[in-house]
Amino acid sequence: MKASVIVFPGSNCDRDAAVALEAALGRPPAMVWHGDAELPNSDLIVLPGGFSYGDYLRSGAMAAHSPVMREVVRRAKAGTPVLGICNGFQVLTEARLLPGVLMRNATLKFICKDVHLRVERTDTSFASRYKKGQVVRFPIAHKDGAYFADEETLKRLEGEGRIAFRYCDAEGQTTPEANPNGSRNHIAGIYNETGTVLGLMPHPERLADANLSGTDGANMFKGLAESLAA
Amino acid sequence: MQSINSRRMNQTTPQITPELVAEHGLSPDEYRLLVGVLGREPSFTELGIFSVMWSEHCSYKSSRVWLKTLPTTGPQVIQGPGENAGVVDLGNGLAAVFKMESHNHPSYIEPYQGAATGVGGIMRDVFTMGARPIANMNALRFGAPDHAKTRHLVAGVVSGIGDYGNCMGVPTIGGETNFDARYNDNILVNAMCVGLIDANRIFKSAAKGVGLPVVYVGSKTGRDGIHGATMASAEFDEASAEKRPTVQVGDPFTEKLLLEACLELMREDAIVAIQDMGAAGLTSSSVEMADKGGVGIELDLDQVPTREEGMTAYEMLLSESQERMLIVLKLGAEQVAERVFRKWELDFALIGRTTDSGKLVVRHGGEIQADIPLAALAHAAPVYQRPWTRKPAPAPVAAGDVPAPNSLLEALEQMMGSPHLASRRWIWEQYDHMVMADTVQRPGGDAGVVRVHGTKKGLAISCDVTPRYCAADAREGAKQAVAECWRNLTAVGADPLAITDCLNFGNPQRPEIMGEFVEAVEGMAEACRALAFPVVSGNVSLYNETNGVGIPPTPAVGGIGLIPDIARMATASLKQDGHVLVLLGAENGHLGQSLYQEIVAGPAKGPPPPVDLAAERRAGDFVRGLIRKGRVSAVHDVSDGGLLVAVAEMALAGGFGAELDPAPAGLPAHAVWFGEDQGRYVVAVPPEEVASLLQHAAKAEIPARRLGKVTGDALKLQGEAPLPLTALRLSHERWLPQFMGER
Repeated sequence: MKASVIVFPGSNCDRDAAVALEAALGRPPAMVWHGDAELPNSDLIVLPGGFSYGDYLRSGAMAAHSPVMREVVRRAKAGTPVLGICNGFQVLTEARLLPGVLMRNATLKFICKDVHLRVERTDTSFASRYKKGQVVRFPIAHKDGAYFADEETLKRLEGEGRIAFRYCDAEGQTTPEANPNGSRNHIAGIYNETGTVLGLMPHPERLADANLSGTDGANMFKGLAESLAA
Repeated sequence: MQSINSRRMNQTTPQITPELVAEHGLSPDEYRLLVGVLGREPSFTELGIFSVMWSEHCSYKSSRVWLKTLPTTGPQVIQGPGENAGVVDLGNGLAAVFKMESHNHPSYIEPYQGAATGVGGIMRDVFTMGARPIANMNALRFGAPDHAKTRHLVAGVVSGIGDYGNCMGVPTIGGETNFDARYNDNILVNAMCVGLIDANRIFKSAAKGVGLPVVYVGSKTGRDGIHGATMASAEFDEASAEKRPTVQVGDPFTEKLLLEACLELMREDAIVAIQDMGAAGLTSSSVEMADKGGVGIELDLDQVPTREEGMTAYEMLLSESQERMLIVLKLGAEQVAERVFRKWELDFALIGRTTDSGKLVVRHGGEIQADIPLAALAHAAPVYQRPWTRKPAPAPVAAGDVPAPNSLLEALEQMMGSPHLASRRWIWEQYDHMVMADTVQRPGGDAGVVRVHGTKKGLAISCDVTPRYCAADAREGAKQAVAECWRNLTAVGADPLAITDCLNFGNPQRPEIMGEFVEAVEGMAEACRALAFPVVSGNVSLYNETNGVGIPPTPAVGGIGLIPDIARMATASLKQDGHVLVLLGAENGHLGQSLYQEIVAGPAKGPPPPVDLAAERRAGDFVRGLIRKGRVSAVHDVSDGGLLVAVAEMALAGGFGAELDPAPAGLPAHAVWFGEDQGRYVVAVPPEEVASLLQHAAKAEIPARRLGKVTGDALKLQGEAPLPLTALRLSHERWLPQFMGER
């Protein structure tokens, strides 16, 4: 199974994603520069975290117009799985592969800490190793992570079961205190219509190693390795 | 009289008058020396060049003679002071590159940009040597919480550090923050960066070779930061807000591009020498690189990329616009280099050549604007032996003279909830401390630890100094700073390797302040020697004074240590019900300059706790041995607040309470629980290991005793109502967010 990680100017979690992918897939992913209009054959495309273009204009806005993104969008529409982490999620919304927008955190400050997430759906290659309703722990590190969509879009997302993960407490309850950034409906991550594009604000690649006090993130990459190799 | 900054800069240069010379921070004697060096009066541009190169910030004229007395060598030292950063061997062909630097004056004037550009500058010092930055730390000193500006300064500094470091994608894994009225008008922002390098690919700044291309890369040059160096070399007064244009403006996105471009070019065989443009910008980098290489240098400022119209030579040479590097390339490497920088969309310009003239020759608009012998510029700055006086040691304070509290646990809660000890979570949750996926110990512990990428090794980092100790006795306080740093690294299981420092002091032209500096350096030198913990890089920041009132002497120490295998690493959190707490190290009930005095039974008086360096070494080596053998479930060193605070911190970190044995007879109970005797650690061990631990400690000549047991969810002292951890946690976590206006 082959993966590609897109590197924009200002991406800084690309190496982290590559390390987690290599651990799960057994081979390093291709690192694809944003300026390349071509993309190698990939079973999975990853848009990593960071501050592409310094978050100028809006987070992810400029990256969404990079030459390589035209090809990423084409592949996504043709069914290639795409994973957008943090800034990657922002790029996916700007590129209109996912609906909604990520806004300034309710506290107006950057927040870096572990959070609990409830796994809302497991019938995708990303979540195949989790159980529905399972509470996992991932770190967040962002200033613009408050998910927002209008009422109609939210209703549609909920109705179609496209919420991937929700912020919750250790017992899986979506209390106000458990929402770190003011995301609507406690949304931490969402899928596209076909469940093949996932955008999430938390960082699975940062908790994919027992030495880093957690491996819940590793299960996302292992799940992808297993489902996509088949 | 207009200040330099409000004067309009244009090519019709001003007359050199004594007032103009004074505004440039040069004394009449220094000016005479300058004229002697040139053999004539200087041009306005030349005056500007000398003023920054001979400023305190760039020339270290007040501190140089004393800094020479610090130990800077050791088998682990690959590069000591004198380069952009220090380099220390980590084994297996890897090395750590690190340094700490101050950005005090700019951060007071403009906290967000001052702090941000401090972080930017220190990271450039590290990656200019070819190292990828892997961890940042910072040591912050703010004024009293009730001082009008403090909250605004905290908010600005923290968000400035956060935004810059986060955008760069380098984790900020710890630091220190103090609040003290003596920093009211002179805050301190000391930024530290540690990078990882292949020991065979270290890039230095000596431009050896004549006729080599000199290339400018990075951001365009603007008018920001002109005279930043001179501003940092003088005290503040009422007119200080006018100095705002001297604060540089940072762009971390550009610096991230610059980092990647430099590291990419460094993989080729193109670079002879490279240095970042920091204080005094293009002037200091070109002068230093050429001087170290024993060559001359000529610059054509018409080639410098600018973002403002009509910039003069003076402005271009003195600008401290950020995110710029100066590179001396091998002959013929220009194309390779240009390709890399264009890929990353950065400015790239050939602006000069190295020569054999031994001079700095600057052309602009076809005319020579400066023509200065380099050696004199780099070395003829006067070196001052400023007069200094020793402060008499304060009279000792007997433990019995310090009033006991009504309740030890109530006093503890009060202390843990005070600005001195309250949780700094509000600060470090604004820093991405996990990016790069190698953070093994997060902020809040004794030391931050990052894994050395791709290995089992860990790099531990700690920033330490206790300013109130230094104010009472600069020599003992500085010794303690080094010792505490060494202890913090040891407490996580690391072999302490070396330190960097930021020596923050007031006006050195006052003999009592110069005396503080001299004594602090003496204390540091003694501790560094005894602990085999050399200084490999550092920075001096003087003139931290406003209207004649100076800061307490603050010699901040930043140390790194190596953990051979992170599987054998210790953390402070209590982890296992039933484990036994043991205190290692001598107990003397020293309450002088303790936080207990400061907060509960004030004011703080007397000498700071003395440091017995041999005992420090013994205790630390013993504790490290325990950690390496996996014999302990928790380790924490005892420092601010004393023993009861150390235990409380361990309990809160792990979520386990403790039942503590009564204090031994012979000392008042509050002296036992709140005395700040140095050289001590609290460890947690399984009950069946206690006897053997005490035996081994005795054999190693380390005093040791059982403290109590890990149990329940409260802290229990005989004869007092228990203090539930929930209540303690609330008090500990509440102060800072509330102070910053939240909840």
